[in-house]
Amino acid sequence: MRVALFITCVNDTLFPGTGKATVGLLRRLGVEVDFPLAQTCCGQMHLNTGYRDEAVKLAGRFAETFAGYDAVVAPSGSCAAMVREQYPHLDIENIPKVYDLSEFLVDVLKTTDVGAYFPHKVTYHPTCHSLRGLKVGDKPFTLLENVRGLELVPLPGAEECCGFGGTFAVKNRDVSAAMCADKIGNVMKTGAEVLCAADNSCLLHIGGTLKRQKSGVRVLHLAEILASTEEGAE
Amino acid sequence: MSGVYIGMPAFPQNAAKAVQNSQLRFNLRKATHTIRGRRAAVVGELADWAELRQAGKTIKDHTLRHLDRYLIELEEKVTAAGGVVHWARDAAEANRIVARLVKDTGETEVVKVKSMATMEIGLNEALAEEGIEAFETDLAELIVQLGDDFPSHILVPAIHRNRAEIRELFLKKMAGAPKDLTDEPRALAEAARLYLRKRFLEAKVAISGANFMIAETGTLVVLESEGNGRMCLTLPKTLISVVGIEKLLPAWQDLEVFLQLLPRSSTGERMNPYTSMWTGATEGQEFHLVLLDNGRTSVLADKVGRQALRCIRCSACLNVCPVYERAGGHSYGSVYPGPIGAILTPQLRGMDTELDRSLPYASSLCGACYEVCPVAIDIPSVLVDLRAKARHPRTEKAGMAAAGWVFSRSKRLAKAQRFGGRMRRLVPKRLPGPLSGWTDTRDMPEIPAESFRDWWVREGNR
Ligand code: SF4
Repeated sequence: MRVALFITCVNDTLFPGTGKATVGLLRRLGVEVDFPLAQTCCGQMHLNTGYRDEAVKLAGRFAETFAGYDAVVAPSGSCAAMVREQYPHLDIENIPKVYDLSEFLVDVLKTTDVGAYFPHKVTYHPTCHSLRGLKVGDKPFTLLENVRGLELVPLPGAEECCGFGGTFAVKNRDVSAAMCADKIGNVMKTGAEVLCAADNSCLLHIGGTLKRQKSGVRVLHLAEILASTEEGAE
Repeated sequence: MSGVYIGMPAFPQNAAKAVQNSQLRFNLRKATHTIRGRRAAVVGELADWAELRQAGKTIKDHTLRHLDRYLIELEEKVTAAGGVVHWARDAAEANRIVARLVKDTGETEVVKVKSMATMEIGLNEALAEEGIEAFETDLAELIVQLGDDFPSHILVPAIHRNRAEIRELFLKKMAGAPKDLTDEPRALAEAARLYLRKRFLEAKVAISGANFMIAETGTLVVLESEGNGRMCLTLPKTLISVVGIEKLLPAWQDLEVFLQLLPRSSTGERMNPYTSMWTGATEGQEFHLVLLDNGRTSVLADKVGRQALRCIRCSACLNVCPVYERAGGHSYGSVYPGPIGAILTPQLRGMDTELDRSLPYASSLCGACYEVCPVAIDIPSVLVDLRAKARHPRTEKAGMAAAGWVFSRSKRLAKAQRFGGRMRRLVPKRLPGPLSGWTDTRDMPEIPAESFRDWWVREGNR
């Protein structure tokens, strides 16, 4: 099986740690993963902001870049959903098979215990596009439950949007901030040290607010928790 | 659509104000979460909900595909049953027709059953100009009308008002309200009931909308909770119904699907308290049906947008929408608020004003609306499609073009990343211009010294 990593433009530029964690985790599980250097962006930002033509170009580029791979793993629910849900509407041919990280682990590798160790209290935000777009269901929860030392606490109102929504966060800043405030209120209720999600875009928004408020809660991508081991424990 | 919203600012400005109103946010949160929970419970009871939803979608799509044929069939059946059918191209024509019909009866007062279509065309205001007074008989509509206010929810139009406000409004504006009126819901309802009963008994003309029209039989159907509809539909001598052409269903049997979908999605009830159905005119009475286009046929012509015409106005999408919950109904500047309003209003009115252009952006695209919609309208996809059709601000266009240019070659992206990495210490805490929308409430992420792709290459992976 030829597996490629689609890092996503946001992770590539701002969160290389998530990419390194994904590569480390997959290698630990015996998967050799390629990183086609021609990759850039899936086109989601352009499409969702109303720039369809640019998005179609980027989508076409994406399909070419990842042609020939049996599976493409993306550590981002919304980018994976963009390819799977939106590309068909953009008349893209030969759409590569893209999986979000938890889908790839559970559905393709058939593993729910990745041998991770992370001795912290964690709560999980399922993010809208993983939840309602990809319908990943309880896959990330199962993966987290099997992490040694990890205490998973349920997040009240977990299925509600955090208010990121790409350019929505800027165009409708007040509503976005109000949604985030409620999300953070719920995170604080859990008493968790770490808020985890499978999408760094949402975490950029929630994490940026948590930091501004000096809340002391850290945000971490699912890949980084699943990549942690006893040897490399922080 | 009704002219009362002309000149309103864009959605983000309206919403910014609403977000500050903690009473409004408390009311909205409480109401939407309660109905949301009830809906989820009664929908969960039906093992075949997914099939019902699919059936609802299919029936509506089929009807819309053959709307021409079914509308003619409806006209024939209504006429044969003693009703008179009128065709109205737009709001002005519909208002003219209704005003003339009322004048022909010699009456100057009419009672009304809650109807989105008549609100859409601004019928009450149009009638007032002709010297005809319209009385809303639905409790919440009455509250909105007495307050010279706009509805802010499809199902609960006065969701933005609290009890104390309603009590004051009644005392000030409702003839015959008891001096010792309390703000107990029961007392308020009783006062309204006494006030309305008099109207029902005196009214000679009633105006309604309809939830469904059946082509096969010429039957109109109204679902309601308070019984005021039943009174309006039966007591007055003349009944005028203004109905959007998309409310059509081919056959009587189709109601089986929709009488399950609507109450469960809307009020979270298994069945609503009152369902009235009538075919043509009863002896001694007159019935007029005004079929309203008002932009619907142009919506129908749009490949992606036309699915909005499947809407049965249940308001489930409003009740799950995190944006509606914070922004409130008035921010949408239309009788159709929430997710459905965000896709319907710009299609019906066009996107010539800043307000109408801002509506497709009034969503984080979280998809909660699509998930609950009983006729599976893919609201996020329609929003995105409308965004592609909207005129964009110049600075944004330049930014998006630049991003597109960078993303079109991986070497350009790598260069931009390296530049960002070198400049990382210089990024200010607060960004200027539109981007301050980000840094007003959030910290900027730290820009890493090395991008993922540079790490990959440096590690010798390639
Ligand atoms: S769009 Fe769907 S959920 Fe919203 S009001 Fe219409 S039918 Fe109901």
